[in-house]
Amino acid sequence: MEITLDLIVFLVLAAFIVVSSVMAVTTKRILRSATYLLFVLFGTAGIYFQLNYSFLGAVQLLIYAGGITVLYVFSILLTSSQGDHAEKLTNSKMFAGLSASAAGLVICLFVTLKNKFVPSHFEHGELEVRTIGHALMGTEKYQYLLPFEVISLLLLACIVGGILIARKR
Amino acid sequence: MIHMEYYLIVSTIMMFVGIYGFFTRRNLLAILISVELILNSVDINFAVFNRFLFPGQLEGFFFTMFAIGISAAETAVAIAIIINIYRNIRNIQVKNMNELKY
Repeated sequence: MEITLDLIVFLVLAAFIVVSSVMAVTTKRILRSATYLLFVLFGTAGIYFQLNYSFLGAVQLLIYAGGITVLYVFSILLTSSQGDHAEKLTNSKMFAGLSASAAGLVICLFVTLKNKFVPSHFEHGELEVRTIGHALMGTEKYQYLLPFEVISLLLLACIVGGILIARKR
Repeated sequence: MIHMEYYLIVSTIMMFVGIYGFFTRRNLLAILISVELILNSVDINFAVFNRFLFPGQLEGFFFTMFAIGISAAETAVAIAIIINIYRNIRNIQVKNMNELKY
């Protein structure tokens, strides 16, 4: 197996994602956890860029890293007091969670790696924005106008619901 | 040459790290962060399957895009609920969450 620039970039991204996600669920301070989540989202956007889905990477950066993380940071600052640490887990509970997730991980990895996927590589080539726009705005088969409109309704309902739930009475 | 399995391994590890966090964290916001990790790993899988197995089509691409939008909506509503809980009981630890109903 020859070592290419692509592979090196991928390995760096993969290590970054794995380390950041482990830190995000094990760190004691909740604000650090949100910061590590931001790193994971950046790494995911990097993977999308590497798959030549630049539009998807941009969407990921804008919505996740730009919107959701800011929302998390604000709500963490609103709801946690100074020096708020996660309480110590009892050993038995940590062991139970660890063993359950490790068992699931081993099973899933076993099934994934046992399966032979036919194409082992993909052709590089940027997806044109014109194609994406036509698929997003058309009403025929394999075109997505209806989900687009439904998601706009969902977002409107979320705005109304969020204001209604979180307002002062 | 990057094989498809490498991407799947990364996303599987991310998913089960998220599940571990979901099991063990005691803070509502930390649980929400774990859910975010799980959703994100599934998004990677959709994009990878689309790119490798069906390069001429766009289903996985659009599924990922809509999943990103829906998870943004879900996060907004969940955070509104959490802020409301904090306003009522001054705490967002799971163990104090036994009187939501009344």
